[in-house]
Amino acid sequence: MTAGTALATDIPESQAHPDAPAIRFEDVSIGFEGKDVLDHISFEVKRGETRILLGPAGVGKSVLLKLADGLFRPDSGRIFVFGFEVSAMPEDELFRLRESIGMVFQESALFDSLTVRDNVGYRLIQERVPDDEIDRRVSEALNFVELGHTMAKLPSELSGGMRRRVAIARAIITKPELILYDSPTGGLDPITSTTIIDLVIKQRDVSKTSSLLVTHRLQDAFMLATHRFNTDTGEVVTLPENQIDPSTSFLVLHQGKLVFDGPTHDLVNSNDDFLKQYLA
Amino acid sequence: MPITTVDAAAKRGVAAVQQYSLLSARAIVDFFRPPFYGADIITQADLIGIGSLPIVILTGFFTGGVLALQSASTLAQFGAAAITGQLVSFSMIKELGPVLTSLMVSGRNASGMASELGSMMVTEQIDAMRALGTDPVKKLVMPRIVATIIMLFFLTIISDLVGIMGGAFVAVIMLGQDANQYFHTVYQSLQYPDILQGLVKPLFFGFIIATIGCYYGMSTRGGTQGVGRSTTQAVVVSSVLIIAMDFVISRFMIGIFGR
Repeated sequence: MTAGTALATDIPESQAHPDAPAIRFEDVSIGFEGKDVLDHISFEVKRGETRILLGPAGVGKSVLLKLADGLFRPDSGRIFVFGFEVSAMPEDELFRLRESIGMVFQESALFDSLTVRDNVGYRLIQERVPDDEIDRRVSEALNFVELGHTMAKLPSELSGGMRRRVAIARAIITKPELILYDSPTGGLDPITSTTIIDLVIKQRDVSKTSSLLVTHRLQDAFMLATHRFNTDTGEVVTLPENQIDPSTSFLVLHQGKLVFDGPTHDLVNSNDDFLKQYLA
Repeated sequence: MPITTVDAAAKRGVAAVQQYSLLSARAIVDFFRPPFYGADIITQADLIGIGSLPIVILTGFFTGGVLALQSASTLAQFGAAAITGQLVSFSMIKELGPVLTSLMVSGRNASGMASELGSMMVTEQIDAMRALGTDPVKKLVMPRIVATIIMLFFLTIISDLVGIMGGAFVAVIMLGQDANQYFHTVYQSLQYPDILQGLVKPLFFGFIIATIGCYYGMSTRGGTQGVGRSTTQAVVVSSVLIIAMDFVISRFMIGIFGR
């Protein structure tokens, strides 16, 4: 594994180490105010793979996601993203690496004083991309989440589900190689949740993006494993019976430890008491 | 109080000073590193400077007025009512102008910065900014520090002038003193060290207001209650630091210039 210290300037950071997995956690631990939150966590997200992180509320799922984006530093262990050791990188280099990472926050985290257009195009605006190019790409990203008509609105004028879709548009506008979803359906009604998961499936199957998705809603997790996006009809369809998406697998956190790391089939047939109780 | 509690409180205090120093140092370094957020500095200068103008003018005017009112009656007992203007200008330019202006700006803007950045912290907007490749210290903290220092400098000058005019209003209109005599004594005994002292202070006070406001905002935890706590602490700490720093600068300047 390469601990990248100097990022290349002429190729995307995600391609600097093409053989490295999208994410690799090596024995990572972190605690807050004397309380251990994550305890010696190790796992990997391969390129093009979607991993769903399950676990009860407050178990440290969001913390793990923020560790992967370099927003937190672990107390011990190492974290690699595209071969770069984010747990040891200076913030300036992390900013450049994050150009290849999109993140959807739990409560959307849209900038409330900016319009939808400026929120979605935030990164492009900071990079001083010409206005007409920003408009074109923002429109493209918003059309992907079917919110093309909301460009001039403020986040406060949108519903919770719409805000979550705008957050997805903001995460995908730069076509990142890796997307981190922090409970994208948390607090939403079932119909809106399905719309959001449809978008995640669409993004997974159209762009083949690597992703790590945190959720505590089992129905969302299994929908990701049992559905695919049909590019011909433009709809999300159920996979034939007994088939599951091969690029989607699961991680389960419990009391700070990773208690499951494997495919859907192994998860549903596990004999572990906690997993049986959790999935019941 | 148990020793462990004292120990933990001391560690928290030291950690807070360390975090504050790091934030301030990073913001200063960021001023000299690209990208330069000029538009954000101008926006903040408008919010902090122009936005604070009404309260600074009102405070300056009435402070000058009450100084003239109080000092004229006392000076009259010694037959020295003629130097009312001198006392007003000395007090306003060296002490009350910078300190009162800073306290007013602190009440308005340190609280505003703490609550704005604090709200952004608890709603993960600061994390989102970092995730989108923007340094929040460079984008949010540095422009506020630069804008506060520059605008407080000019607000203090305005406050000094308005305070002298307030003193003139009381001395001339209400107490019937001679206007020429008042304005003559206003500048007669002023020397450059006095003006320098009055103009150096807002530079330090502006730095204190912005860095304390931003520090408490950026270290906000615990939802809306945390935002309220940060806002209160920002105003209290910046006000106390302004007064303490005023003493230090005054002693330092008197040591150098002898007045």
